[in-house]
Amino acid sequence: MAAESDNEMEMLPAAGPIVQTAKDFKSDQMVRWCPGCGDFAILATVQKVLPTLNIPREKIVFISGIGCSSRFPYYMNTFGFHTIHGRAPTIATGLKGSNPDLQVWVVTGDGDGLSIGGNHLIHALRRNVDIKILLFNNRIYGLTKGQYSPTSELGKKTKSSPMGSVDAPINPIALALASEESFVARAVDTDLPFLGEVLTRAAKHKGSAFIEIFQNCIVFNDGAWESVAAKDAREEKMMKVAHGKPMIFGAKKDKGIVLNGLEPEVVSFDPANPPKNLLVHDEKAPSATLANFLAHMAEPVPQGVFRDVQRPALHELMDGQIAQAKKEKPADLQKLLKGPETWTVAA
Amino acid sequence: MSDASTQPKPSTLPIEEIESAVIRFAGDSGDGIQLTGMQFTTTTAFAGNDLSTFPDFPAEIRAPVGTTAGVSGFQIQFSSRQVLTPGDAPDVFVAMNPAAMKANIKDVKKGGMVIVNKDTFTAANLKKAGYEEGKNPLEDGSLSDFRVITVELGRLTRNALEGMGLSATETERCKNFFALGMMYWLYDRPMEATLKWIEAKFKKNPKFVEANHKALHAGNAYAETAEIFGHHFRVRKAPIKPGVYRNITGNEATALGFVAASSVSGLPLWLGSYPITPASDVLHELSKHKAFGVKTFQAEDEIAAIGSAIGAAFAGHLALTTTSGPGVALKTEAIGLAVMTELPVVILNVQRGGPSTGLPTKTEQADLFQALYGRNGESPVPVLAAATPGDCFLMAYEACRLAVKYMTPVFLLTDGYLANGSEPWMIPDAAALTKFGREALPALADFKLYKRDPETMARPWPIPGTAGYEHRLGGIEKQDITGNISYDPDNHERMVRLRAAKVNKIAQDIPPTEILGEKKGKVLLVGWGGTYGAITAAVQNLQKAGKSVSSVHLRHINPLPPDLGDIMAGFEHVIVPELNMGQLLKVLRAKYLVPATGLNKIKGQPFKVSEIEAGVDAILPKLKKTEGGK
Repeated sequence: MAAESDNEMEMLPAAGPIVQTAKDFKSDQMVRWCPGCGDFAILATVQKVLPTLNIPREKIVFISGIGCSSRFPYYMNTFGFHTIHGRAPTIATGLKGSNPDLQVWVVTGDGDGLSIGGNHLIHALRRNVDIKILLFNNRIYGLTKGQYSPTSELGKKTKSSPMGSVDAPINPIALALASEESFVARAVDTDLPFLGEVLTRAAKHKGSAFIEIFQNCIVFNDGAWESVAAKDAREEKMMKVAHGKPMIFGAKKDKGIVLNGLEPEVVSFDPANPPKNLLVHDEKAPSATLANFLAHMAEPVPQGVFRDVQRPALHELMDGQIAQAKKEKPADLQKLLKGPETWTVAA
Repeated sequence: MSDASTQPKPSTLPIEEIESAVIRFAGDSGDGIQLTGMQFTTTTAFAGNDLSTFPDFPAEIRAPVGTTAGVSGFQIQFSSRQVLTPGDAPDVFVAMNPAAMKANIKDVKKGGMVIVNKDTFTAANLKKAGYEEGKNPLEDGSLSDFRVITVELGRLTRNALEGMGLSATETERCKNFFALGMMYWLYDRPMEATLKWIEAKFKKNPKFVEANHKALHAGNAYAETAEIFGHHFRVRKAPIKPGVYRNITGNEATALGFVAASSVSGLPLWLGSYPITPASDVLHELSKHKAFGVKTFQAEDEIAAIGSAIGAAFAGHLALTTTSGPGVALKTEAIGLAVMTELPVVILNVQRGGPSTGLPTKTEQADLFQALYGRNGESPVPVLAAATPGDCFLMAYEACRLAVKYMTPVFLLTDGYLANGSEPWMIPDAAALTKFGREALPALADFKLYKRDPETMARPWPIPGTAGYEHRLGGIEKQDITGNISYDPDNHERMVRLRAAKVNKIAQDIPPTEILGEKKGKVLLVGWGGTYGAITAAVQNLQKAGKSVSSVHLRHINPLPPDLGDIMAGFEHVIVPELNMGQLLKVLRAKYLVPATGLNKIKGQPFKVSEIEAGVDAILPKLKKTEGGK
């Protein structure tokens, strides 16, 4: 993983390692999520991961839109910006584009990021803006007190859909892949060590990183992911994928995925003697075919890094053009004002 | 360089000295009308005349050929004295086809000259242009008010280029240069500038250089030898202030103003923009200037465009977004965020006819209310407006300076007429521009995010990357001084009043208002934006006729100049000419309780000087007789 190491070197300030702890990243503001909200666990995990990145606090910025998750920046003692509904990726693009020296995180939710801000999300991803997007997916509108969201199941009964939602849900991972996102991952708010690993990899990825985080809304959609993400269900219902490793899951590591035509098939086996034809994950594959295959897998639900590829980030391309322009034709304001054709009116 | 042997011989025909002329070229939008007009403009500027131009083109890129919907026009007024507008009625009108005739003839001055490309007046083309079956304006006497000169442009161009091996289409494309050659003869103009331009433009294709040179020369020679005009005209140099000049459009000047502001302030420029007529040329122009560190971001939509600018402002850049009315409508929530977070962002609105898609390529001033009030909540934003194409430079610069000095979003209003119109522009001295930049931060011990500067009421602008100054901004109401979230009722009212007071502080930066004419009298015209030329020319004419009329032209609309109330009090009546239903009028009436009246036009076209004169003349007799008034 040479590319990632290079990236780490870039981030290293000249003075050497910086001593920061999770406490340094906690702001003085009272955290005002509902007791038991999944957001607390995610906040704590982010605050734990950041000190390990060796980036000074003042160079880290959290940008959010509107929604419960979007209060996140207030609780971080970094620079932060709580913007307007759905538009966080646009503000983050201007921030990272104008100052590539910053590490920029976007915190959004299924309503903010996939409904009102869906357009901005896909464009930030296709441009490979070097921002880290955390999409808290709780399949409900929480801040407006319980309407169905773009990830709610068809038929979901909510305040605004008493007879069930008539809208089919969107698949966030598939959307990110369709946008040619260079880093796509999924984690859950009930498995914090694993979330921490995924966040660390996202932070070190050179380019935009998109992480869908399954998150519980204790008030308006309690048990949003319970059937797959509950501690006692997780091992059987979810599958952690890892680059170059066969797709195996189950508490006893006795199940795996093989290809049946173009569809996944779950096979059971003796863990000591796994079949040879188990699918092997390849997050670096140039095409997103395998990642899409995983994105649409309903059982088990994959988590981990679906795709991690390298391509130039927006700020690199922009800065490259500016450097080239400066080399070709140095800036001269008076000459610019003069323009190509002038005439003189004599006194 | 053109061959000396191809230069026309000095004319033997008489020359008539005239003071001014107004010319309009019109044809299909694919006929090269805008190009022809710009060439005539450059040559006219080099000849030392003052001038003003008005390109007028359809919204469709290639509307059906030969229809009035596809007619593109270019008007220029040039003179040996000061020129303030492109002129009311053309003295000379060049009609490249029947549709151009049909769409424009009503504007031409009675007794004026109409030069017609006769080849195109076929039965089929006349029908396409909407003339009745069997009617031909060249034959039915309907042009008897004009001096009509018919020229077989197509045939003559073909003859001139015969044997060059050009296709019929390639030959056809040269006919605008044949017409331009005739016009150069008519106004006794040298052709060097255009010959050079053709060489540069077609340098990769010497055949086209030769063909267009030939067409230009042939048109010039034809005018001389066929004696179609009888004599030609001469417009002498205008008494223009000595200096070095260039021709500039409003959009170019706006873009240069932004680059200059970035250069002088040392704040790198970020433009977030989404293509929209008639503002796109500002994006095009700025995207050429990467050597100045200018970053242009063509966003996925209007909201993303301003969102990126707000992000760049947060990062400490000089942040812009450029658009037109419909784009501003989409940006309003984000502008409110910039108001709340007190970040400097300049929003350029190149106004066009509205509402909705409206008239994309036509001019209007109907977005003033949108700029002043078009947001939720009490959301004050300073509003500036440029008066002429060249003034766009200064006002773009000023918008940036005020945004940074007062830490606020600022609206700059121009319009389609200023954006595409051009005028000679004295090149400013970059070193003489007012210096500005990001203020130094308060010491960390004294730092509070919303603790304001006592003079400007601006908050400090610490940017990400500055250790110790970490803070959280947002759209939720701020606690005074600390900037923390606050839902306290008293605090909200205090913050609403503080934001308004800060914008009002800008009044201290507005220079004294210049009055054209006497300081007291019967009528004062109060204008703003692109109507400057027409209002000023009308007022000059009315004053020459001995009428008690003065004018002021506002470039600051929020806040208004502090001396405006006293100035208006010196007049019996205030007239507010606007290309809308009376938006500034309502603002003035509300603020100053003056019984002002509007002089309004909503046709997507700029004012004619005569329309303003007529409007004033209609009011003057109704005013009560007072001493000193006439």
